[in-house]
Amino acid sequence: MPVSADAPRPIVDARGLWKRYGALTVLHGVDLSVAERELVFIIGPSGSGKSTLLRCLNRLEEPDDGSIHVDGIELLSPKTDINAARRRIGMVFQSFNLYPHMTARQNVMLALRKVLGKSRDEADSIAAAALHRVGLGERMDHHPAQLSGGQQQRVAIARAIALEPRVMLFDEPTSALDPELVGGVLNVMRELRESGMTMVVVSHEMAFARAAADRVVFMADGQKLEEGPPAQIFGDPQHERTRAFIRQIDRH
Amino acid sequence: MDDFLTAFLNVEIVREAWPILWQGFLYTLALSAITVPLGMVGGVILALLSTAGPRGIRWAAAAWTDLFRAIPPLVLLVFLYAGLPFAGLDVGAWGAVAIGFFLNTGAYYGEVLRAGIGSVPRGQVEAARSTGLSQAQALAHVVLPQAVRNVLPDLVSNTLEVVKLTSIASVVALPELLFQARQAQNATYNATPIVAAAIAYFLLLWPLVRLISRLENKAMAGR
Ligand SMILES: Nc1ncnc2c1ncn2[C@@H]1O[C@H](COP(=O)(O)OP(=O)(O)O)[C@@H](O)[C@H]1O
Ligand SMILES: [Mg+2]
Repeated sequence: MPVSADAPRPIVDARGLWKRYGALTVLHGVDLSVAERELVFIIGPSGSGKSTLLRCLNRLEEPDDGSIHVDGIELLSPKTDINAARRRIGMVFQSFNLYPHMTARQNVMLALRKVLGKSRDEADSIAAAALHRVGLGERMDHHPAQLSGGQQQRVAIARAIALEPRVMLFDEPTSALDPELVGGVLNVMRELRESGMTMVVVSHEMAFARAAADRVVFMADGQKLEEGPPAQIFGDPQHERTRAFIRQIDRH
Repeated sequence: MDDFLTAFLNVEIVREAWPILWQGFLYTLALSAITVPLGMVGGVILALLSTAGPRGIRWAAAAWTDLFRAIPPLVLLVFLYAGLPFAGLDVGAWGAVAIGFFLNTGAYYGEVLRAGIGSVPRGQVEAARSTGLSQAQALAHVVLPQAVRNVLPDLVSNTLEVVKLTSIASVVALPELLFQARQAQNATYNATPIVAAAIAYFLLLWPLVRLISRLENKAMAGR
């Protein structure tokens, strides 16, 4: 495939993803392509398959059909070393999922040591830098239970970015947070975005989407119904379902 | 009162039986040092197979666990020691104890550890896997340390029971504490050696009982 400056190879290229749970079809042949340095925002009603789509992108869920390339790696090929591929794909979860028996620093160091094979000193300094970056330089030796939800989520972000991923996936990163803690997490995401990180974000933070997203994807019933720049999706949605969804969100 | 002391707490008898009781005590320690680790190894294997194995293996591990929790350990031990030779397989007293405890205590440790593994939220494994850790690495570094910590009181309780259970080795003529106490009792026509053995068990196990209480209180406070 020829690579030219005006048509860069996408970092994420998912095509025709199908996912079924028994009789329930959750993804109906979804395509998603994300260019380098792009921030794609995914919105849609609860149960529309946003999390499932995101989780397919690092193969936490196995799609039933379709293809996924991440940074040129064929993710679904049996020949692919999935553990090696996942280092390039950072993921942040709604429920943080920190390891409660480890300090913030140890949370970040684990994969640096065990996956990247860094020495203890090296892993330690990378972890310290990542935690400073998310504003937790003073809290590195606290356990998750001693941190607020917002701080825990920032540790989770540090844990992912310390591995220098090519793309970051966020699944409702602020939905479990008290309102006053949301801003801190969004600030970290904004800073990441400005540093050029490629990001796919599932979230209900519409103000953040308007300000930071390059593209907004609207999903319903396991399908991508509409996508476009935030101004278009929020200002002039084409699809009736999108209009209804945005009206409902705006009312909150 | 004097009769009571003469029959149960006879200092003279203790002095006389001391060497043989002491030897029994050392045997009990040695048996514990063998059976506890063996049971734990069996338990870890069963817990891993029954939580992380393929479906068929999980089912087999569960059936295995049920089987060896249902068979009385004394019956199992006697079968291994006195029954297997009929099949031309003589594992000896130590062999019977090792195999029997591996099977029986392994099943109990396995159940405890399985509950511990189940207490670790699935999301943590997903987070670990998403950073590139393998299934085994996620188990070793994320799940098992927390699993063990979450069921530590039960693990220690189980260990207490295992040490007590080593006394059944007396039926296959291993000279552990109870066996030696019976020998001394027969030799002296006096019950004092049995009382001495009970006191020795108490002194050995009381710290464990205290530890369990403290762990349970701590777990309660943590909740
Ligand atoms: N492991 C699963 N087993 C069965 N159904 C599931 C599973 N995970 C998700 N689903 C179903 O798939 C649909 C989409 O879920 P999800 O991707 O979580 O939606 P969203 O993130 O958009 O709210 C829902 O109907 C949900 O109940
Ligand atoms: Mg979701």
